[in-house]
Amino acid sequence: MATTNRPLSPHLQVYRPQLTSVMSFTHRATGIALAAGTLLLIYWLAAAAGGPESFAQAQALIGSWIGRLLLFGWTFALFYHLCNGIRHLFWDGGYGLELPDVYRSGWMTLFGSAALTILAWLFGYFGGGL
Amino acid sequence: MSLRSPLGRVRGLGSAKEGVAHWWSQRMTAVALVPLTLWFVAGVISHVGAGYAEMVAWIGSPVTASLFILLIAATFYHAYLGLQTVIEDYFKGEATKIVTLTLIKGACFLLALIGILSVLTLLFEG
Repeated sequence: MATTNRPLSPHLQVYRPQLTSVMSFTHRATGIALAAGTLLLIYWLAAAAGGPESFAQAQALIGSWIGRLLLFGWTFALFYHLCNGIRHLFWDGGYGLELPDVYRSGWMTLFGSAALTILAWLFGYFGGGL
Repeated sequence: MSLRSPLGRVRGLGSAKEGVAHWWSQRMTAVALVPLTLWFVAGVISHVGAGYAEMVAWIGSPVTASLFILLIAATFYHAYLGLQTVIEDYFKGEATKIVTLTLIKGACFLLALIGILSVLTLLFEG
């Protein structure tokens, strides 16, 4: 048995990033981002409960370019976490655990969440209400 | 051959003494959040550009308010369970871990309460 201090996988500095590992990491990262994003949701609801002035203030903040940028990021995080979460639920049921299936569902999740994000913003801008 | 004692097997609670409760709660809130999140996103999109009165009328209706309260409850429960896993995985030292977990749990409770009370305010006063 070799006793040298070999790096153990997944050792992020030396382990080659793969779709599977990057997506797993992104699931956690989007989860943390969404937890932070609940602050905005609760602020928005509290502002609405506070009356027209505080609500107008919240709407102006969310409608500013930085607000929209954050909201766009959170939209992608939400759809990614949602799609990848459904992927996880299938795995929990014992489905799609073969490596080719894992890669296929991984690409489906990535394209699906990107498409849903773009669709949501197109509807928001041009839909004039669904 | 199993190395677990018959009593341990019957109780089925494992070394954390909670069995699959954490895992199962995370999955159940995830399943609940699939339709709730889609409903929320669709609702927000269909109210882009809506004024205050229209917004209050939407959130303050009994069905919307109920769905919002369920969304808030499931979201913060799910968020806590997820953040708990992250903290347990990456934080070193028991004291840091316990203090952070307690703060996160408190924040989740507080935010959920503010959200639910705001929705109830809109329901009864909107």
